[in-house]
Amino acid sequence: MKIETLIKMANNIGEFFNAESNKEIAADGVKKHLQRSWDPRMRKAIIAYNQEDGSGLSDLVKVAVSQLEQA
Amino acid sequence: MSMNKEKDFGTPASVASQSVTLEIDGFKVTAPVGTSVMRAAASIGIDIPKLCATDSVEPFGSCRLCVVQIEGGRGMPASCTTPVAEGMKVVTQNQRLADVRRGVMELYISDHPLDCLTCSANGDCELQDMAGAVGLREVRYKPVTTHLNAVKDQSNPYFSFDPSKCIVCSRCVRACEETQGTFALTIDGRGFDSKVSPGQNEAFMDSECVSCGACVQACPTATLMEKSVIDHGQPEHAIVTTCAYCGVGCSFRAEMKGEQVIRMVPHKDGKANHGHSCVKGRFAFGYATHKDRITKPMIRASIKDAWQEVSWEEAINHAASELKRIQAKYGKDSIGGITSSRCTNEEVYIMQKLIRAGFGNNNVDTCARVCHSPTGYGLKQTFGEASGTQDFDSVMKADVIIVIGANPTDGHPVFGSQIKKRLRQGAKLIVVDPREIDLVKNSPHVTANYHLKLRPGTNVALINAFAHVIVTEGLMDVDFVNARCDQTSFIKWETFIAQEQHSPEATEAITGVPASELRAAARLYATANNAAIYYGLGVTEHSQGSTMVIGIANMAMATGNLGRDGVGVNPLRGQNNVQGSCDMGSFPHEFPGYRHVSDPATHQLFEQAWNAQLSTEPGLRIPNMFDAAMDKSFMGLYCEGEDIAQSDPDTQHVHAALRAMECVIVQDIFLNETAKFAHVFLPGASFLEKNGTFTNAERRISPVRKVMSPLAGYQDWEVTQLLSNALGYPMSYNDPSEIMAEIASLTPTFAGVSYEKIDELGSIQWPCYDDASIGTPIMHEQEFMRDNGKGLFMLTQYVATEERVTPKFPLILTTGRILSQYNVGAQTRRTDNVAWHSEDRLELHPHDAEDRGIKSDDWVGIKSRTGETVLRALITDRVQPGVVYTTFHFPESGANVITTDNSDWATNCPEYKVTAVQVSKVSQTSEWQAKYSAFSEQQLDLLEQGISNG
Repeated sequence: MKIETLIKMANNIGEFFNAESNKEIAADGVKKHLQRSWDPRMRKAIIAYNQEDGSGLSDLVKVAVSQLEQA
Repeated sequence: MSMNKEKDFGTPASVASQSVTLEIDGFKVTAPVGTSVMRAAASIGIDIPKLCATDSVEPFGSCRLCVVQIEGGRGMPASCTTPVAEGMKVVTQNQRLADVRRGVMELYISDHPLDCLTCSANGDCELQDMAGAVGLREVRYKPVTTHLNAVKDQSNPYFSFDPSKCIVCSRCVRACEETQGTFALTIDGRGFDSKVSPGQNEAFMDSECVSCGACVQACPTATLMEKSVIDHGQPEHAIVTTCAYCGVGCSFRAEMKGEQVIRMVPHKDGKANHGHSCVKGRFAFGYATHKDRITKPMIRASIKDAWQEVSWEEAINHAASELKRIQAKYGKDSIGGITSSRCTNEEVYIMQKLIRAGFGNNNVDTCARVCHSPTGYGLKQTFGEASGTQDFDSVMKADVIIVIGANPTDGHPVFGSQIKKRLRQGAKLIVVDPREIDLVKNSPHVTANYHLKLRPGTNVALINAFAHVIVTEGLMDVDFVNARCDQTSFIKWETFIAQEQHSPEATEAITGVPASELRAAARLYATANNAAIYYGLGVTEHSQGSTMVIGIANMAMATGNLGRDGVGVNPLRGQNNVQGSCDMGSFPHEFPGYRHVSDPATHQLFEQAWNAQLSTEPGLRIPNMFDAAMDKSFMGLYCEGEDIAQSDPDTQHVHAALRAMECVIVQDIFLNETAKFAHVFLPGASFLEKNGTFTNAERRISPVRKVMSPLAGYQDWEVTQLLSNALGYPMSYNDPSEIMAEIASLTPTFAGVSYEKIDELGSIQWPCYDDASIGTPIMHEQEFMRDNGKGLFMLTQYVATEERVTPKFPLILTTGRILSQYNVGAQTRRTDNVAWHSEDRLELHPHDAEDRGIKSDDWVGIKSRTGETVLRALITDRVQPGVVYTTFHFPESGANVITTDNSDWATNCPEYKVTAVQVSKVSQTSEWQAKYSAFSEQQLDLLEQGISNG
């Protein structure tokens, strides 16, 4: 999967949940959204990207993807 | 089978709750107050002669044929305009009345051609019937001047207007006004010179007529007559079925002669359309037997090869073997399928079952991905169910109507007429749209109180400003919120939305909507007794589509505009079965009934029922499939009834992905754009050739009934079943009713649905929980369908789209639909509807056109960051400066060559409505169009070779 597309999609998800002032809740929202709507190969790719670089992801999404990795 | 003609009661039914009892010809009859004597008589089988009365329009009292005598009353009143009264005694037949009626008929017939035997209405003519009913035996008058030589108007492709047969009963004029709301017809002249006139004495095609057919249906003679009846004669039997076009889901009588459809007539008992229709459903059915239909299965090794016609067995075995080969080579998850909203519920259900159980993955998606997937997400989150809240009739109780990002008179014409009717009764209208849709001021006697002409892409800022006004000005329905909504989420939302950043004054710079107008509109919505929201793709097809749906839901909850008649949140679904295809589990993360694939109880339920091991992981969405094809992890696609090569955004990317796949199987009635990239073609059946059900935008499950044999031999569900069996996953349905029975057994909201009940009731609105239930017209009446029964408020921060205007791309392109054409146009382009719209045009504001030296009809290049195409220009101030607009009904237009891969954050619904472009005058087609033309020609040659070799 083209990683640029996945980064953009993940950040867009992050922008919605970022309205939540409690960032733990926000990160959990992003994580659950990724878990419930992304095909495993997409999740695997974004996790790998976050492990290797992750600079294109927003702070909130980075946290969420890290949690996704541990889930 | 028979014609089973629908009874005409002469005047509309009264909805009054009180009744009176009267006596007609000695028989007692009880009828609601306000009922006409004519209707009361008809209800007990006494048919009073009539000509100018019909029960689809208000009575007029002009023909004098329906006169009666009332004890104690004076003269002979018209029974159509005389309301019933308690104790009234009516006589409908005596010598005096007979003499009057015979005299009236004699006058009519003296100026009417006596060509009954060769007349197209022979056998279905009310004038003929009435002549018989009154016993007319001679015509004594020999008028010097008549209308018998009046010239026929044949301009409309579907019906003719023969004024020599007109009795000036005005039924057509009233139908155009009351039923359709177009007011295209009038009675021109006075006395003997009176005549029906389209517009200002124009031909029908030059007038405002929208060809809905209401006038033709209302006409009692052969004056307005379908050309198909003129050509083929009267139909001999009729079957009730459901239209295959938009999400209104109109009920029609397919009037037949053998297996030939003579005409489609809107069904009076249809609960979505109440006997009304539009130009598509009423007349544009000829595509079903168009010469382009492909009726034999075909295969080929590569898209550079000629097609080869093969037997069904060979095609199915080849398709199955290719899918197995790909899975063996690339893995179980390397194949998938796409269903369509043009398919029936039963077809969609077994398609997703095949993919989940037969393919062994959840790579199934549907075209709702590119239209209303944000509706499903947003409403499921907030209300607990992924559907609209009302039935269509609810609009007749609305005091304020908001239409957001929808164009009902074009996209959902029959419901558009119902909205117009309510507006003419006095309801207020707020339109939120960058473009001036007809409802704003182009529909007679309808004017929007507010047209909030926002900049494309700023919906969320606008809805937040609405909510800000409601919260900060104390316009909330606190009792509703306290009783019905989740309080924690509400308190958080209330604090959020009250922030100054959401005030109309702050958002004005973003949306372009003046703060004072927005405040006034918000107050109008919030203070109405009943306020209803209707929305379309102008809400969903944005990068914040789901956020906007949530924002709409928040606002409806905050004002208590839910759970009763006249209110609600109503997505206007684009295609006939968008709601149904979503209900049936077409999304990669949800089983039927919107239950997540990872939910343990649901997962176990389906594994047991389907006797298969099912994945708990979400599969690929359509755009993900394209991306995965490019990196060779998705190599086989089964696509039924959908034309992704034309309808999906960033065409060049879609085409590249289709080229990258090793096996594309297309099941369709035509060699559509996607089929040009296919390796297996399985000929499909039109809606006239199969049984099943469609579910419309109001959750109404309606019957689709086979009126002719499938041209290719199989109904679509049978083809999917053949493929499933060839793949080794056995299916053995004998009839789609068995599929519906399985759906009902596995889906709680469908538990009470069965074909028997649909036949009995005509249609059913889900949820329908048990055998006793007749369905649910209005949802969330007592509690929301979330686990705790409470509506959930969610935060909706406005985030600007990444698609920005720049000096290089200074205009915003937005897209939409037109009345006469339907989506990718595969059906309507193959009908006479091209007489109204034969090409897609680019609408530009006069200022933008002048800046660029562009005039109407000039060829203009439209260039975005993604691609370029060329269309002819149409200069109009319906679009605002800085915004251009086009439709996308023709593949050669390449509208999606220029749309981008931006999409809704939650669902990946494409951002069709916002593309930054530059427009300039050009003299030739774009490079893409030249390539497309060559490719398309090559593919048609390869088809031709296959057919001639077959």
